[in-house]
Amino acid sequence: MDFQIHLLLIQDGVTNGAIYALLSLALVLVFAVTRVIFIPQGEFVAYGALTLAAIQAGKAPPTVWFLVALGAAAAGADIWQAVRESRGSRIPAILGINLGLPLALAGILQVAPLATLPLVVQVILTLLVVVPLGPMIYRLAYQPVAEATVLLLLIVSVAVHLALLGLGLFFFGAEGTRTPSFTDGSLSIGPATFQYQSLWIIGITVLLIVGLFAFFERTLYGKALRATAINRTGAKLMGISTDMAGKLSFALAALVGAFSGVLVSPVTTIYYDTGFLMGLKGFVGAIIGGLASYPIASLGAVMVGLLESYSSFWASAYKEVIVFTLIIPVLVWRSLTTHHVEEEEH
Amino acid sequence: MKLPTKKLAVALAAFGLSTAALADITIGVSVSATGPGAVLGGPQKNTTELFPTSFAGEKINWVVLDDASDPTNTAKNIAKFITETKVDVIMAGTTTPGVMAAAGPAAESKTPLIALAPNRLDGEKFKWAFTMPQPIGLMAEPLLEHAKSKGYKTLAFLGYHPDAYGEAWIKTLEPMAGKYGITFGPIEGFARTDTSVTGQVLKLMSVKPDAVIVVASGAPAAMAHSSLSERGYKGQIYQTHGAPSPVFLKNGGKAVENGVIVAGPLLEWEQLPDSHLSKKVGAEYAKAYEGKYGKDSLSSFGGHMWDGWAITSRAIPVALKKAKPGTEAFRVALRDAIESEREIAGVHGVFNFSPTDHSGFDSRGRVLLQVQGGAFKVISTK
Repeated sequence: MDFQIHLLLIQDGVTNGAIYALLSLALVLVFAVTRVIFIPQGEFVAYGALTLAAIQAGKAPPTVWFLVALGAAAAGADIWQAVRESRGSRIPAILGINLGLPLALAGILQVAPLATLPLVVQVILTLLVVVPLGPMIYRLAYQPVAEATVLLLLIVSVAVHLALLGLGLFFFGAEGTRTPSFTDGSLSIGPATFQYQSLWIIGITVLLIVGLFAFFERTLYGKALRATAINRTGAKLMGISTDMAGKLSFALAALVGAFSGVLVSPVTTIYYDTGFLMGLKGFVGAIIGGLASYPIASLGAVMVGLLESYSSFWASAYKEVIVFTLIIPVLVWRSLTTHHVEEEEH
Repeated sequence: MKLPTKKLAVALAAFGLSTAALADITIGVSVSATGPGAVLGGPQKNTTELFPTSFAGEKINWVVLDDASDPTNTAKNIAKFITETKVDVIMAGTTTPGVMAAAGPAAESKTPLIALAPNRLDGEKFKWAFTMPQPIGLMAEPLLEHAKSKGYKTLAFLGYHPDAYGEAWIKTLEPMAGKYGITFGPIEGFARTDTSVTGQVLKLMSVKPDAVIVVASGAPAAMAHSSLSERGYKGQIYQTHGAPSPVFLKNGGKAVENGVIVAGPLLEWEQLPDSHLSKKVGAEYAKAYEGKYGKDSLSSFGGHMWDGWAITSRAIPVALKKAKPGTEAFRVALRDAIESEREIAGVHGVFNFSPTDHSGFDSRGRVLLQVQGGAFKVISTK
């Protein structure tokens, strides 16, 4: 085991770890704002990657019709609420946002020459299809039970995960796909060679993390999310809509998930069920951060990536066992070092 | 009193139907046409559409059901076949758990079962089941033979592990390799959904085996293969019959060039020698299937279904001499005929079943392929 091998293993581990880090950030964000343990996070990775693959194959991705269907359901729920609150004037806006925009997008995807568009446009279209699924899922599955216990929200998450997984199989089939690299080839610095795609992954991850940091520190919406995360009731009293905060955090989670999928799909073949395991590894990272700390969660996720890479070298058959066993000492350590205050649950 | 007359009419109609069915041969098919097993089960269901509806002067009723890749549904379908449709033959089990679910009821009702997935049945279940896919041992032989002829001494494993397919190959290669003067190991595992195999490949590179066998399917098999090539592995890379497919060549590109693959004879039937009994059957199947479902739609999994009918259709005339369809005597005669008929040509090889061998293959059930110029070339049919 020489220096060269270490270098390659570290590179591999950091590349995978970067993706896990993104997912762990999304998990921490969603949990902090809505108390939802977002198991379906991984599905957005698969949806993102497979939607992009469909667009590159020149086909309108089936997810866009899912978006239209979810939009119709969300519009129905919102209209029902508006009618009950006798605020009928909102109905056109509700219809426009939930149904009009997805239908317009579906129309564009039907007529545009998808396969020949530049990669950037394909990626933007992918995000336009997949990201709105996040807030719509929040509206339909979580918003009606937003005040429920963490356990109930977790059970809802399991249900949403299973539904999205089955739909993924229905939309994309059991066969996996792989998309071409953003940039082919590799870069040699001294003894190390870096695939350009790995550099893209690490670079974009860092950019996204910086972007999220700026969003939370500098923008009003970011501050509203932070306020909701710190104290839901307090934020509500200050006039912050918790529904808006929930939808926004789900939109960010979907964005991060779909973008991870877009980034990782040139590296490996993505199947409808690939995302789940990636999401779980991000979850291990998030647990290391106590589902509260963004920097510790991302460091933890990179550690998971490195551990995975080294265990695939030393004991490949036990790789997953080793990675997921990591959670036990972490939980022991956390329960010994932190004073756990039971959150009041209604 | 309207109701009783209606009931009577329904009962009479049902009676009429069941007597009509009694004279025909009924074949029950349960495959995974949807769900995760659809890659395998879809072509199997498609293949049933190509089968004749009358044969040897008898009408054939095909009852094709989907188990949605869930063995519980397979069990329900089989129960329906036995109690309601009273089938003469069952073709079922796209995946191993499906076969396990079908084998018990098939044996209890004394119905021959064409098993479409590998299995390890024993006793009465073994007696009534005939397995279509080639056993791993049969496929391992020519690879080890090839390695021996090249003078390789060490063979490492890089494949699905822990996993049923990988495990079957490990269990087969471990005792066999020694007979060819080859040391088997180390065993490096990965999973279908893994994003990289860098660690495993680096480990293998540090051990420097003469050859590596990749045990995986389609795209992941190509990923493992190209990772080895890209890291500069110079030894021979072998692939199993799980790998060859258009997606393997597409994803693998130049990196899989020179890889040696064991496969059933169907995939490259055009390259078989004319003396090979599977060539004519393969041509017939390929033309019928691609004629209906489009060019390059052929898959080896659908071929197992075709072979199931090849075997059944050979046994039907023999059994018809002994008993009437729809009776237990007919099913017993059918089973005996499948076991005693010789040289049944299928697309995956030539079947000669015996009371102790219910897979029936010989060396005609496999070919060695090599990737040359981005295509599969048959390099040996032994």
